[in-house]
Amino acid sequence: MTPTQWDFPVELCCRPMAFVTLTGLDVVYNAVHRAVWDAFCANRRADRVPISFKVLPGDHEYPKCRTKRTSYEWYIPKGILKTGWMNKHLNLVPALVVVFYELDWDEPQWKEKQSECATRVEIVRQSLQGRNTKVAVVLIQKKTPLPPGEDVIASERASALCNACDLSGKSLFVLPHTDHLVGYIIRLENAFYEHAQTYYYTEIRRVKTHKEFLNKTTHQLLFVRHQFKIAFFSELKQDTQNALKNYRTAYNLVHELRAHETNMLEIKTMAGFINYKICRLCFQHNTPLDAIAQFRKHIDLCKKKIGSAELAFEHAAWMSKQFQAFGDLFDEAIKLGLTAIQTQNPGFYYQQAAYYAQERKQLASMLCNHDSSVIYPNPDPLETQTGVLDFYGQRPWRQGILSFDLSDPEKEKMGILSLQLKEKNVLHSELIITLLSNAVAQFKKYKCPRMKSHLMVQMGEEYYYAKDYAKALKLLDYVMCEYRSEGWWTLLTSILTTALKCSYLMAQLKDYITYSLELLGRASTLKEDQKSRIEKNLIKVLMNESPDPEPDCDAAAVKASQKLWADRVSLAGSNVFTIEVQDFIPFVQCKAKFLAPSFHVDVPVQFDVYLRADCPHPIRFSKLCISFNNQDYNQYCVVEEAYQKSDILEQSSQGTMCLVPGKTRKFTFKFVAKTEDVGKKIEITSVDLILGSESGRCVILNWRGGGGDAASSQEALQAARSFRRRPKLPDNEVHWDSLTVQASTMIISRVPNISVQLRHEPPALTNEMYCLIVTVQSHEETVAKDVKLTAGLKPGQDANLTQKTQVTLRGTDTCDDSFPALLPDIPVGDLQPGQKLEKPIYIRCGTVGARMFLVYVSYLINTVVEGKEILCKCHRDETVTIETVFPFDVAVKFVSTKLEHLDRVFADIPFLLMTDILSASPWPLTIVTSQLQLSASMTPVDQLESYVENVVLQTGESASECFCLRCPPVTNASGVATGCYIISWKRSSPVESVPVVNTVITLPHVIVESIPLHVNADLPSFGRVRESLPVRYHLQNKTNLVQDVEVSVEPSDAFMFSGLKQIRLRILPGTQQEMLYNFYPLMAGYQQLPSLHVNLLRFPNFTNQLLRRFIPTHIFVKVRLWEVPCV
Amino acid sequence: MAVCIAVIAKENYPLYIRSVPTENELKFHYTVHTSLDVVDEKISAMGKALVDQRELYLGLLYPTEDYKMFRKLHNSYTDIMCNPFYNPGDRIHSRAFDNMVNSMMMQVC
Repeated sequence: MTPTQWDFPVELCCRPMAFVTLTGLDVVYNAVHRAVWDAFCANRRADRVPISFKVLPGDHEYPKCRTKRTSYEWYIPKGILKTGWMNKHLNLVPALVVVFYELDWDEPQWKEKQSECATRVEIVRQSLQGRNTKVAVVLIQKKTPLPPGEDVIASERASALCNACDLSGKSLFVLPHTDHLVGYIIRLENAFYEHAQTYYYTEIRRVKTHKEFLNKTTHQLLFVRHQFKIAFFSELKQDTQNALKNYRTAYNLVHELRAHETNMLEIKTMAGFINYKICRLCFQHNTPLDAIAQFRKHIDLCKKKIGSAELAFEHAAWMSKQFQAFGDLFDEAIKLGLTAIQTQNPGFYYQQAAYYAQERKQLASMLCNHDSSVIYPNPDPLETQTGVLDFYGQRPWRQGILSFDLSDPEKEKMGILSLQLKEKNVLHSELIITLLSNAVAQFKKYKCPRMKSHLMVQMGEEYYYAKDYAKALKLLDYVMCEYRSEGWWTLLTSILTTALKCSYLMAQLKDYITYSLELLGRASTLKEDQKSRIEKNLIKVLMNESPDPEPDCDAAAVKASQKLWADRVSLAGSNVFTIEVQDFIPFVQCKAKFLAPSFHVDVPVQFDVYLRADCPHPIRFSKLCISFNNQDYNQYCVVEEAYQKSDILEQSSQGTMCLVPGKTRKFTFKFVAKTEDVGKKIEITSVDLILGSESGRCVILNWRGGGGDAASSQEALQAARSFRRRPKLPDNEVHWDSLTVQASTMIISRVPNISVQLRHEPPALTNEMYCLIVTVQSHEETVAKDVKLTAGLKPGQDANLTQKTQVTLRGTDTCDDSFPALLPDIPVGDLQPGQKLEKPIYIRCGTVGARMFLVYVSYLINTVVEGKEILCKCHRDETVTIETVFPFDVAVKFVSTKLEHLDRVFADIPFLLMTDILSASPWPLTIVTSQLQLSASMTPVDQLESYVENVVLQTGESASECFCLRCPPVTNASGVATGCYIISWKRSSPVESVPVVNTVITLPHVIVESIPLHVNADLPSFGRVRESLPVRYHLQNKTNLVQDVEVSVEPSDAFMFSGLKQIRLRILPGTQQEMLYNFYPLMAGYQQLPSLHVNLLRFPNFTNQLLRRFIPTHIFVKVRLWEVPCV
Repeated sequence: MAVCIAVIAKENYPLYIRSVPTENELKFHYTVHTSLDVVDEKISAMGKALVDQRELYLGLLYPTEDYKMFRKLHNSYTDIMCNPFYNPGDRIHSRAFDNMVNSMMMQVC
């Protein structure tokens, strides 16, 4: 875009840098010079000093310096700031001119060269006559210089050269053309920078000296000008603090100027420039709040300074530019690291800029609505001789005139007219949209979604004014949903109204219909008459006619659109529009509702569709159809009525196909579900309402699911919360709010009309064939066909249970692990009405615990629904939890022949195995038999026969057995397997001939120890007083060694005895020694025998304690026979 | 001073909105709606900072508001909420509330 009158000049917006010109460099043909120049200007990074360099020929003519004014007494300034001044000091008048000259210290023709150099310096000086510009000389040398002081010739010649050129030593530099060029250049430019700073310092001083000569009456403008210049020079000197200070002073001075309509623009222009500089410097100093404060002050001061009323749009343009420029500065500062916040970001300034741009447009349309016969004045009052203005902000046709009186009112009129005519051609919308989109980008960044939407609405409206309806529609359509979802109906209506105009003007049928539908809907805040107009238009469109134009549209655009509409009418085809309504709020509301959450397959599925129109006039529709997830049902749910085209406007509300505003219409549908759908969900996937007809235009309103649009969920929530009592309505009417959508229903199987009963005797006993009797009885009126029974462990329980549970139909044999846990689909045949069927199921549970069993009976039956015969599958199931328990507890223990508990047995010495079966079953048990299966290492002492055969045990009763065993010596110390004990049992209950269960009990291991000597006594079972009692002790050597044995008998009070009282003897391996004693009991009763002590010399561990296990210690002594008292 | 008074539901739709110069109603509606950006931000910041949750006044959205006015408006709103016939979330249609809002707007004119 070309810069307009309102854009700031580039020299104002750039960063001022010291201006240094380089002369004597031939950058085109001399490679060395080229390299020097490149080093100066290429890759200038931020750390290099801020200088702008320019290469100029040695004889360049610099701008002439005007003669210095000695007195300001008669001087009257013609304006505030000349348009060329900033550019002059940035790009034309250097702070320093550098003369490059190739000269080595050992130059043979020194004299000639020296004078040539002096001449060059002189030429430059001539051109800068009257200026304070510094001159410096750089000698380009081929040789590397010696360290300072060592080269005598060099210092001599240097001072000679300085003299010749009239230079101070500080202004003469040597640039050796060696490897380190860039390093030398950086040092050089630093030196240049110092010179430049001195120059700008003297310039500031020079301007300041003028101040003394000024007086406040005639030189007011000069105060501003000088202050501005000082500030600008300070900036060139890179003294931004002072620059800011001086700009601030300048700003205050501008506002002190006498303002009048004629110079208002000049004052505002300068105020704007200075304000821009201040804000820019504040941001640069990282004091953004100062910048914002200054800007606010600036706006407050200037807001009312409108100037000429006929050119009021200029003020708006100027204001817009102020905001835009500040926004740009702010944005730039953010890019350099400043952080902005939600409530203070550049977006607000762009938004204000856009606002003023809109105002400018309005003012322009008001002030510049000249008749087309008005022609642009000739000669052009805006032309100046030079093509540019002398001073910023002045009128071209009266430059430099300070008088507030208009000397030539006619000229003024022409000038204003030409400005107005120029403004007429400005593309305002383009400016506004650019600013708005800038603002949108900012607000997006600072989390202001609503502000963003608002600005986008404005952009859309601006596009509408600019007649770019397609773009307008795109933007409006994009933001519409935000307002809809937040429920701001007023705003939504306003946006929709504009969108409707756009779609009308473009003859976009679908959009036009969509917006009309919503503007007629309940979210629209339009007045009834507007709604009525829109509805009539909509009906026209449905009848394939052109609608009436929307109000307040551009006449030319309306004309164009009418032609488009006419084309549309003649165009055949593509006249069916499907509009998905769930994303907006149409004027027809829909709610579909199944009468129940589930239906049995043998009753018809019923549902209602409620429709309600919110438009002002009744509306007819041609068709209502409902779609389901199973499309086979679609055909049953259609309401259709062919009607004549002429009927459409008829006000009658009699027809079923007519929706009366405010009234709820109900349509009831009924269909028979398919038997395949049993267990499935029937869902309404969409409801379609067709407006218009195939012959005209057809609009399909499509509700996804069971109805509802963008606003209904919130409405439903409010209705649910409400306690309000609704007024009573006639029976056939319902309250719309109280209706809820129910878009799906389940199809469930027909209620079975059979009974299933289970008979059994819990709990089950481990491993038995537990009998469960299933009784099925039909209560159906017809034959139940194909009855099938599924019985067994209910699936979904612990996996281990499946392994340990078997089910069978045959109860006579015990089943093994290969049997299944569930018997599926056992065919039972047909069941006649009233017939009863019994089926025993046998279950074997291998482990204890609770199990759930399932009995599931299914059958087929024919029924008639709505005159239609269907084959229904019915089923009934029963579950039962059965506990399994152990039938009995078996305890096993080892005892010695003296019935003493043994924790280990001795090799070859007989011991007893005792078993104890304790019934834990609540039912009586019959022990059929028991069996002891000994392992190879055990031998029975006598016959092993069962003592519990056919014993019946009631709960808590126990049965015991005892076996005498012997264990040959073993080497294994850890224990010897005994064998197992098998109990064969069954329930005593006389149900069936259930098989006998064999329960195997593994007997515990026993530790076998060998002993060196075994003693057993051979004595009668009782004695009699004073009758001899012979006792024979057998001492058996169980070792492979000869045993030395000491045997002694301790006397007892109750006995006299004869025999060896104390003896020492030897027993050979494997043999036994017999010791015979004759005891003579003295007393009756249970008496202690004289105790035998055996001492083995080789086995000191063999104690009498051990011995006591084998031999008796006491004996019962009876009285003498003749002593028994006679009875 | 007040030129526009609005009560907004927590779902961000207006329960009540009224402005004095009725011809510029739309502009005020937009202003109120855009100021919800700041409300949203302040409320989300409040959750983080754990400031006193009982303090319902969010502070200034634009530098023209008045705390006393908020109290008055809020009291009146509380009265409405206490009305057993009012269903929370419905748009407010109340003569008492209208009168109170009028009195607040009157102060300007």
